[in-house]
Amino acid sequence: MQPETMTVNMGPQHPATHGVLRVVLELDGEVVMKCTPEVGYLHTGIEKTAEAKLYYKVIPMTDRMDYLAPMSNNLGYCLAVEKLLGVEAPPKAQWARVLLTEITRLNSHLVWLGTHALDIGAMSMLLYVFREREDLLTIYEAVSGQRMMSTYFRIGGLTEDLPNDFEPMVRKVLKTFPVRFQEYENILTNNRIWRNRTIGVGVISKEEAIKSGITGPMLRAAGVKHDLRKARPYSSYEKFDFDIPTQEASDCFARYQVRLEEMRQSLRIIQQAMDGMPEGRYLARVPGVVRPTKEEALYQMEAMIYHFKLVTEGFRPPKGEVYVTIESPKGELGYYIVSDGGTMPYRMRVRPPSFVNISALSKLVVGRLLADVIACIGSVDIVLGEVDR
Amino acid sequence: MNNVTRERVTAQFGDKILATTEHFGELAFVVDKSTIVTLARFLRDDVALKYVHLSDITATDWPEREKRFEVIYHLYSYDLTEYVRFKVNVADKELVPTLTGEWDTANWLEREVFDMFGISFDGHPDLRRILLWDEFEGHPLRKDYPLTYETPQFTYNKDLPPEVIK
Repeated sequence: MQPETMTVNMGPQHPATHGVLRVVLELDGEVVMKCTPEVGYLHTGIEKTAEAKLYYKVIPMTDRMDYLAPMSNNLGYCLAVEKLLGVEAPPKAQWARVLLTEITRLNSHLVWLGTHALDIGAMSMLLYVFREREDLLTIYEAVSGQRMMSTYFRIGGLTEDLPNDFEPMVRKVLKTFPVRFQEYENILTNNRIWRNRTIGVGVISKEEAIKSGITGPMLRAAGVKHDLRKARPYSSYEKFDFDIPTQEASDCFARYQVRLEEMRQSLRIIQQAMDGMPEGRYLARVPGVVRPTKEEALYQMEAMIYHFKLVTEGFRPPKGEVYVTIESPKGELGYYIVSDGGTMPYRMRVRPPSFVNISALSKLVVGRLLADVIACIGSVDIVLGEVDR
Repeated sequence: MNNVTRERVTAQFGDKILATTEHFGELAFVVDKSTIVTLARFLRDDVALKYVHLSDITATDWPEREKRFEVIYHLYSYDLTEYVRFKVNVADKELVPTLTGEWDTANWLEREVFDMFGISFDGHPDLRRILLWDEFEGHPLRKDYPLTYETPQFTYNKDLPPEVIK
């Protein structure tokens, strides 16, 4: 006799799906027999819109994809266009970019930790991480004027110089966060409920993970010691000293350990970037391609003309195509830009890490209980804005 | 690093590689669609290359060309820490062989290409729209799809033929 199964729609309106993810589950009792994630509820056509925008006007749209890690998205796009143009950001901009993308990584991982713990039942974690997130958002606000959609990076450097009160804010983060991470560990790592809900849940083998295209912390939790910041250093990452945390267990607990350790490593990078922040320009000096700084535009006639031409007409990169990937908090974030010599990208493709990672969800959950689906979705760390774009 | 890939692929495939380019330090091959599965397998399994990670599948639309679509594959090697790109040119309504047998990632990535460009993949187990809803008409990333147009989702003008409503 065939066992009777039941089909359950989890989402799109479900608090534990981190947005508008819909998962169609086929259940036998409480055991998941089949799992089909359905995405697309947040599709906004960013790739199509980018084809009708000047190169620098695309930057604000990249913020809206992974809205928990806006600076990483900006960085990937700016690096791709800079490669197309043959422009390199000056040292100060590179250091500031590293510092701010690591702050972004902290930000993204903190929200992940809070929501993941909230899904599994440790509600107080959310309140703690949002307390810490406030410090990070204050830094965002100080540098860019925005708390979430920062759009701080520009092609060739930064929007404006780092503010005077930037360093004390970063020092405060460096001082308080190690203590806070220890608090999180005290709450969770040896917590019996947390361990029961995460250890041995959502296991995916190393080979399967590679075959499924999984990247980022999930891949490192499966035992692959790979990080694009080390393997293909961009924005001067080769000058910073940090470790790649890995785990072998490849379950939800291993992913938790990897991300927690990554946050500690991010603090190390932030420390080095703050201590060694070079002096100098924050924008490359490439007339006709990179915007002049505000002061130059106000006091020099030539700079004013270039500024005007760039804002109204844009620039024309040479024909060609580039594929640039960076290690975003979620995994491998890639930008594939095709230029036909015009002022707008002929094609801009974003390779979203969450999209690929969530496509492997059914491998994590089939054969396990319904409650484990919640833990698995949480541990993948998705942002639907990026999945659907 | 790129030279190793270039030499080995050229030695193995010879004139099946229609063109080899290297712009901005990025190696790219253009192949015929009958070659892509064997080329992908070779790049993945060759001991000196090991491009085991399928990073991305996407497409570009060039309406003025005879074969208007270009399907683009990006592979990554954890050992070489290099990307390689290969492309295949296809005409409208032409089938492209699927890579779902080689990588599970290809499933969703090819569905997205199908959704956005209308390129069908031969042998794909589940070729449905992924980001847009099933009733959606057209393929938005084609260059002839207007930027501002939205399909009406509901209309009261039931007597009029659909083209008038649009």
